[in-house]
Amino acid sequence: MGAGHGHGAGLAAMYVPGASPVHRLEPHTKLVAVLAFALVVVLTPVHAGWAPWAYAGFLSLLLGVAAVAGIRPGRLLRGLVVEVPFVFFALLLPVVSRGPRTEVLGLSLSESGLAAGGSILAKATLSVLAATLLAATTDPRALLRGLDRLRLPAVLVQILTFMIRYADVVGGELRRMKVARESRGFRARRVGALKVLGPAAGSLFIRSYERGERVHLAMLSRGYTGRLPTGPVAVVGPRSWAAALSLPLAAAAVLGAGSLLG
Amino acid sequence: MHVPDGYLDAATTAGTAAVAAAGVALALRGARRELDERTAPMAGLTAAFVFAVQMMNFPVAYGTSGHLIGGALTAVLVGPWTAVLCMTVVLLVQALVFADGGLTAVGTNVTLMGLVAVGVGYGAFRLLRAVLPAGRTGLLAAAGVGAFLSVPVAALVFVGLFGLGGVADVSLGSVAVAMGGVHLLIGLGEAAITVAVLGAVLAVRPDLVRGARHLQRATALAPRSETAGRPAAPAAPAPVEAR
Repeated sequence: MGAGHGHGAGLAAMYVPGASPVHRLEPHTKLVAVLAFALVVVLTPVHAGWAPWAYAGFLSLLLGVAAVAGIRPGRLLRGLVVEVPFVFFALLLPVVSRGPRTEVLGLSLSESGLAAGGSILAKATLSVLAATLLAATTDPRALLRGLDRLRLPAVLVQILTFMIRYADVVGGELRRMKVARESRGFRARRVGALKVLGPAAGSLFIRSYERGERVHLAMLSRGYTGRLPTGPVAVVGPRSWAAALSLPLAAAAVLGAGSLLG
Repeated sequence: MHVPDGYLDAATTAGTAAVAAAGVALALRGARRELDERTAPMAGLTAAFVFAVQMMNFPVAYGTSGHLIGGALTAVLVGPWTAVLCMTVVLLVQALVFADGGLTAVGTNVTLMGLVAVGVGYGAFRLLRAVLPAGRTGLLAAAGVGAFLSVPVAALVFVGLFGLGGVADVSLGSVAVAMGGVHLLIGLGEAAITVAVLGAVLAVRPDLVRGARHLQRATALAPRSETAGRPAAPAAPAPVEAR
């Protein structure tokens, strides 16, 4: 399973437990930092001559954070798998774009298309790497706390909480159904298999929905009022904000240097 | 399907983020009507279902397989507002935990796969449901067409956004034809899976399919022992008193 999105191993699979300075940062500061970093990357001008140097700078910053966090390069590479469908799109751009053309290996390619395809690839890769670092150093539940502190609507945070808490339960049921099917010799090869897989997904929905009702009633009987109690929020000093924001600030410095010198 | 960072320029990204925020705010209000105060646990579990079923691979043709995106199916099952919330939550988790879909592009992805796919899928479903003969077949056909349309329309909206704020100078026509063509095929798969799953739920627990409520009422007029065999009906009013 998991060929659809590569999430087969469950939600906690992306998290690498650790106690590095990156792990210990408050989750909401990390969220802001990664979002700001992605923004800086996106804002890099596509057609500037110095853009490749800026991308190299961003990449070395990310690798530096990965080294501090103790995340191995192999883990980062695995995060890149989600990008694969878009690699094809980026490779197609030089062929279908308009504008002046150049010869590369006997192919007539558009210059602007080459720049656009390359920049899309670079930007998507950098931002996927940054998000992979975030997920690798932050427990999903900590991410939720971070989103809550960033004032995501409370109802949405709660839906997220329930989803994250039960995603592995529902995924586990799906896995058990799959094992049961395949131990009876089932192979999903042709369209006719929908007759088996459709009801399987349907009963997964029914079980999820009924579980939702049970969870809700159980929570009501324990005094649930529509909001989960959280402990006192830790005060985040300017120092940890500075530590978290050093990544996007350094990236912005790279961008600024590029536009000044280039 | 997930738009990564760097595909669209800053203005388009910000614009779609604003659209997504407004849409989600509306959905938060609307979902309260669909699920009353059970919103959070029910929508959360439904989102977990969407997330899990996206991992399930369905054979589409020899050798190839696809997976459900689920906007239209979820809208028919639990109602459009809750479906928007579920898709939003799934997309957020995919972006934050799996780096699937860009972080700055979350708004774009929510707009495309949350608002557009659910809106088109459910809109077409409601229109056809009104036109087609009432009954199981008409319902399934309406849901299938809704699911089929939701995919290429979302893809074409993406092409439109790419025309507004794309970073490459491409002829929009050719992109539209390519994206539209591929997504017509994906839409066929989506329709087939949606109909199969919905048919299964209708056969076992028709009362859970929100889009089939009108059928439910029609059968309730003719008393039968059909509902007697089921273990205690879900206690709808109980939670209110328990509070």
